[in-house]
Amino acid sequence: MAKISIRNIGKSFGATSVLKGVSLEIADGEFLTLLGPSGCGKSTLLRILAGLEVQSGGSLAIGDRVVDGIRPKRRDVAMVFQSYALYPHMTVQENMALPLRMRRLSAWQRLPLMGELLPGTTATTAEIERDVTRTAKSLSIGHLLARKPGQLSGGQRQRVAVGRAMVRQPAVFLMDEPLSNLDAKLRVQMRAEIKELHQRLGVTFVYVTHDQSEAMTMSDRVAVMLDGELLQVAPPQEIYADPDDLRVAEFIGSPKINILQATLRSDGLADASGTSFTVAAGLAPGSTLSLGIRPEAFHLVDASKDNVLTGSVRLVEHMGSDLYVHLDVPGADHPLVARLLAERAPQIVSGQTLHLGVKPERLLLFAADGRRLRPDGNTKANVLQIKERV
Amino acid sequence: MSTDRLTPPSHILRHAALLITGALILIPFVWMVSLSIKPPGEIFRASFSFWPEQFYGIENYTKALTEAPLPQYMLNGIFVCTMIVVLQIVVCAPAAYALAKLDFPGRNLLFGMVLIALILPHEVLSLPLFILGYQIGILNTYAALIFPYIVSPFGIFLLRQFFKTVPDDVIHAARLDGLSELGIVWKIMVPMALPAIIAFGIFSVVGHWNSLFWPLIAVRDQGLMPPPLGIMAFKNEEAGNDYGPLMAASTLVVAPLIIAFLSAQRWFVEGLTGGAVK
Repeated sequence: MAKISIRNIGKSFGATSVLKGVSLEIADGEFLTLLGPSGCGKSTLLRILAGLEVQSGGSLAIGDRVVDGIRPKRRDVAMVFQSYALYPHMTVQENMALPLRMRRLSAWQRLPLMGELLPGTTATTAEIERDVTRTAKSLSIGHLLARKPGQLSGGQRQRVAVGRAMVRQPAVFLMDEPLSNLDAKLRVQMRAEIKELHQRLGVTFVYVTHDQSEAMTMSDRVAVMLDGELLQVAPPQEIYADPDDLRVAEFIGSPKINILQATLRSDGLADASGTSFTVAAGLAPGSTLSLGIRPEAFHLVDASKDNVLTGSVRLVEHMGSDLYVHLDVPGADHPLVARLLAERAPQIVSGQTLHLGVKPERLLLFAADGRRLRPDGNTKANVLQIKERV
Repeated sequence: MSTDRLTPPSHILRHAALLITGALILIPFVWMVSLSIKPPGEIFRASFSFWPEQFYGIENYTKALTEAPLPQYMLNGIFVCTMIVVLQIVVCAPAAYALAKLDFPGRNLLFGMVLIALILPHEVLSLPLFILGYQIGILNTYAALIFPYIVSPFGIFLLRQFFKTVPDDVIHAARLDGLSELGIVWKIMVPMALPAIIAFGIFSVVGHWNSLFWPLIAVRDQGLMPPPLGIMAFKNEEAGNDYGPLMAASTLVVAPLIIAFLSAQRWFVEGLTGGAVK
């Protein structure tokens, strides 16, 4: 029962504006990832959601309740921090019990010594202990309850931090780059565990990361943020295959998308990399546009013909199942990167001339301001006819 | 390893320097202990020996404990020092937390004032404090010995520096867990800063146990005097040239501090360096 409505949230520190009117609806039980490079304002947005920072403008609702100005404690959200933020002087048991003690026991009952004499304290404390033990077992950290955080490994600390957030059954989970302090292997494992946890608990997750593979593998929807603005909010496959903005296309995907600058001629052809493209983008002649080609959109062809770029191979990277071929194409600032299946690619060597074809429907068109061009909403309409001129 | 090892001559020089410095600090103390077990006749002899020819310790210590109300002075000292250190922490920890972790207008100005207070010697304030004490009528009470010290700029400064090393995320987590700001101070910050607090406690107790100047101004009643003031009174009234019992009394007065320091040494050193390595 906790959808989140973010309406026109702004945040500035002095003259610098970190969030510029962000609006976002998150459905109940959704796993939403805020993805962006560091400094894009995603963590600030998360902290505003948690109530740890106050927005400069806009309004925020969790469930059906507007939470502006409500203390973090009363928002029914739990957060897992990048640094885990465990209390080093408390045992795992005490760390996990603290949020429950603060909620279920009164201030008098929490007093040392005296509190235990008050009616109900013993029963509630036992109940808290049961809940902590159960949560710890479900995260397989039951045997660590008596230890202090300093005696735990990174992965164990991470679980304790998740446990501390989980134990009080919040309506919303906020996670601020929880995996970035783990080594690569553990990160992949925890990624799956967090995804599983989300499916098991069924509550709303808001997950902040700069790692696109985390965002792509875990999320129901990804919200790409840049410079304090939301560029696109969509399911992972859509973010990748159908980006709204050039910056989204460039941020998502590894290796990076290939961008070719093209100029539109009066006859509807666009010039790029010494090649003519026929575009149906509905732009005035003379305007410039960017052509985006994903590395795996290339395929090997035998000779120059339509839809084929020709260049000389600069570098070949063997990745096991794939080959990354860096290709120097006339007129392009950077070498293009093509991802080819290793078994289908013959022996490719540096310096060799290579013809790479692009299926027309896999070309992405962007206007000079970075906007995606989808003429008439028809995806087939932006297909380019490529005329070789080389 | 080999680069760290000193060549023999500089090795010797370094140790000699350390030994001389150590001796300069230790000799008066050793002399005090030595005098406290000597009979009056031996004290003014030209020759020096640590052990007396005739052991006179029992007489000196008995005299020190019985002729002046030394146990009373010590109890006063314990009470005053405990109250001061407890109240100092009660006042300084929240103040240090606010200066280290809360964002409010005028914070830097307030911290600047703490720094200014840090460079003012407490003696400068004696006259205003005396007049203030007179006006509110607490002169010649325990309160006069305790209240002027409970706001300690040094304590605020030391704890603020330590609290600043605690990551903000820990405080954010505590807020989400439901702790109030004061709850964060007492349940999270103070336990995490325990080495700093113990170091501060030792500084505070040593300073106020040995303090003579302000008690001399603030109290006249023998029943309220802390140990150093008591010893001074003892010297004037009873001892005259009788240095044996006086030295015995002095030894008894510093003994609790030495015992406390030796037992808390580990914490003390950790507290002073702890912030640096984090």
